[in-house]
Amino acid sequence: MIDKKDVEYVADLAQLKLDEEEKEKYTEQIGEILEYVDKLSELDTDDVVPTAYTVPMKNVLREDEVKESLPREKSLANAPDKKDGQFKAPKIMSD
Amino acid sequence: MNIYDLTIHELKEKIAEGKLTPAEIKKAYTARINEVDDKVKSYITVTDELSDKKLAEYESKKDGLLAGIPIAVKDNMSTDGIKTSCGSKMLENYKPPFNATVVEKLSEAGAVIMGKTNMDEFAMGSSTENSAFFDTHNPWNLNHAPGGSSGGSAAAVAAGECAAALGSDTGGSIRQPASYCGVVGLKPTYGMVSRYGLVAFASSLDQIGPITKDVEDSAVMMNVIAGHDPKDSTSIEGKKEDYTEYLKEDVSGMKIGIPEEYFNLDFDQEVKDSVMAAIDMLKEAGAEVETVHMTDASYALAAYYVIAPAEASSNLARYDGVRYGLRSEQAADVSEMFTNTRHEGFGDEVKRRIMIGTYALSSGYYDAYYLKAQKVRTLIKNDFDRIFNDFDLIITPTAPTTAMELDSKKDPLEMYHSDIFTVPINIAGVPAMSVPCGFDSSEMPIGLQLIGPHFGEGKIIQAAYTLEKLLNIKDQRAEL
Repeated sequence: MIDKKDVEYVADLAQLKLDEEEKEKYTEQIGEILEYVDKLSELDTDDVVPTAYTVPMKNVLREDEVKESLPREKSLANAPDKKDGQFKAPKIMSD
Repeated sequence: MNIYDLTIHELKEKIAEGKLTPAEIKKAYTARINEVDDKVKSYITVTDELSDKKLAEYESKKDGLLAGIPIAVKDNMSTDGIKTSCGSKMLENYKPPFNATVVEKLSEAGAVIMGKTNMDEFAMGSSTENSAFFDTHNPWNLNHAPGGSSGGSAAAVAAGECAAALGSDTGGSIRQPASYCGVVGLKPTYGMVSRYGLVAFASSLDQIGPITKDVEDSAVMMNVIAGHDPKDSTSIEGKKEDYTEYLKEDVSGMKIGIPEEYFNLDFDQEVKDSVMAAIDMLKEAGAEVETVHMTDASYALAAYYVIAPAEASSNLARYDGVRYGLRSEQAADVSEMFTNTRHEGFGDEVKRRIMIGTYALSSGYYDAYYLKAQKVRTLIKNDFDRIFNDFDLIITPTAPTTAMELDSKKDPLEMYHSDIFTVPINIAGVPAMSVPCGFDSSEMPIGLQLIGPHFGEGKIIQAAYTLEKLLNIKDQRAEL
């Protein structure tokens, strides 16, 4: 149902790097879990509306007023790397 | 009884009578942590500075519902300037720049926050063994797991390392460890308690709730933490209830449904016997008990293992090593930095769930998995609604067994089955409480689950309080 190629593809989508051992293990385990999940197909859901939230939800609007927010210094306090009051990341374009 | 064995309401009484001061209480709990936490390992961080600060504020918070009461908080709730690791290497050094709303509410109520408790990484697990740091041990038998994912909170309450604690529950993470550790755990109705500042796992299922030594304390804690929060648009607007009001009535005339399909599942006979005996006691106390029929719980479990990982894969996309958390040092460019960071920062179960969730949401599979699971969710919710048209409460066991031994090395699917009784409740968004109802032949606690309709916390508390009085086991404590 799910093979090693699928696992590699999904890992790539999720920005995860897996070693060979993990790929083998996840192929088997995720296969078993998906096989279990397939029992959902036993239920007839043809005319059923999907539920995202179980309690009534409505769109929440508010006035566009400036309120207190985190000072820049505090927002940056946990950054692994920063420069000139901004988050710093490794280069995005390769050489 | 030792000070560390006392409940919130007993401690409040002692303070009111002038028999204990908050300073003496804090000292007793700190001493207890120093005495037993090497064995139990409930806490990731003991927040001495914070608890001293809160104690110093006592005079100004004297009228608060938790004034001077030592409380522990699961390590996925943000504490300003204090490490909030989520049990993950990814956030090992993360100090949030703000407080979660629940932490603010505890502070306003005068609580003395003792520390941050151990948990399965990002709340994914049922034994707390998925913590990136260490195992927590069940106070009733140190070779056993405390359950999870709020295992540190449940163990801390059971071991007297705090008077009460907060946990979070996505598929049973408050109720299952409460059951394993012989304490009371309540998962409120979805939206009852603000999730602002709770590190997200599965946003449509996550809910914060109390883990306490008895039912009355659960009501007191709910009075503190429940309520609408403008910072969480999924929190519910409604009038505030006083949950202690429900401690006055008993169960006479209450209609309780027993779902045959749940009791027909293959699970531990001692658990079944203990739960059935407790149900008989409620019947004798005047409750009307009837068998009801519901959708097999295994469908809810299947839906859960699509919905929860799908939401997790989306929520955990934020851990990219840029704004906070771990960043891998081994990277030539930004793309390698992302993958290496996530490789080094996430543990096995977290990666597995991100993979399942990403697969279920990926092009070509979305309808078959995610959409299908959301439709099954409707069926399960309707199923609960149908029962609650005629019944006040539903009773099931909390977990199929008592606490498993540490390192019992179950495969993921086996582990997921330990949540079979608790997961349907999150899928339906209803409230449920685990209450201790006895012990098995190895002296490990057994829990019973009371499920109510949306906003039915009061009725749950009412029946649980009656049951607790009938059973008369709430003063039994683990010996350490």
